[in-house]
Amino acid sequence: MQLFTALIAGLIFGIGLILSGMSDPAKVLGFLDLAGNWDPSLIFVMGGAILVAFPAFRLAGRRRRTLLGAPLQLPSANRITPRLVTGALAFGAGWGLAGYCPGPALASLAGGGLKPLLFSGAMLAGMGVFEVLERRAARRRK
Amino acid sequence: MHIHWSNFTPWTSLAGGMLIGLAVAMLILLNGRIAGISGIVGGLLRPDRGDIAWRLAFVAGLVGAPLLYGAVIALPAVTVAAGSGTLIAAGLLVGVGTRYGAGCTSGHGVCGLSRLSLRSAVATATFMAAGFAVVFVLRHLLA
Repeated sequence: MQLFTALIAGLIFGIGLILSGMSDPAKVLGFLDLAGNWDPSLIFVMGGAILVAFPAFRLAGRRRRTLLGAPLQLPSANRITPRLVTGALAFGAGWGLAGYCPGPALASLAGGGLKPLLFSGAMLAGMGVFEVLERRAARRRK
Repeated sequence: MHIHWSNFTPWTSLAGGMLIGLAVAMLILLNGRIAGISGIVGGLLRPDRGDIAWRLAFVAGLVGAPLLYGAVIALPAVTVAAGSGTLIAAGLLVGVGTRYGAGCTSGHGVCGLSRLSLRSAVATATFMAAGFAVVFVLRHLLA
């Protein structure tokens, strides 16, 4: 059941990305180009998503288990660290370079073309680099 | 500031955003997990027993979405202006950055802001500022 709900959630998430325009890098860059011909559409994507997600998190915050009985795993981290800010800076720079963030890149793979594949492959490699560096840092701490 | 009205799509963007919100709501209320794409995908590279299958199922849905979408209504045309080198550099930055920054547009942007997390608000403001800055440099200073 949990696998089925995860699959459906992924499917709805991807359809939302495509319908909203997030899967078109030109549209994303049009939003990021404040000084050019600015396209504010993506504010509506974020607004629409938060409009629905906000009450869901309010409900989740009052529960310890999900509606299916699974443990509710809400993030506990709340510190603002140099690592958070540098990571977000690097992510934002990459987002501005190509117009892809992780979700839209993955939701573009099956649409065909080499470009989303190149980006997604490099993104996975970048995440792999993070894992290797993290493991090395963990060993050094021992 | 000049708004590009002919590209402005408030209704489809709002509807798409609400679908994203619905997916986020489903994943937290049914699976008890945060729908942060970089976290879900990144977790696949750190295999913990019992924590892989739901990630794979979610990613399968995400990757399969254009197939279903295209079967019902035609997929919208997209434009990827970036060349191969830029795409690879951008992908690496996004991959490393989202893992060090512990989230992307979905995890910090949608989920974090919906949870009223200050940490996510700082991350979102930071990656958006970096995106604005890079596009400004590329389109208005270097072009």
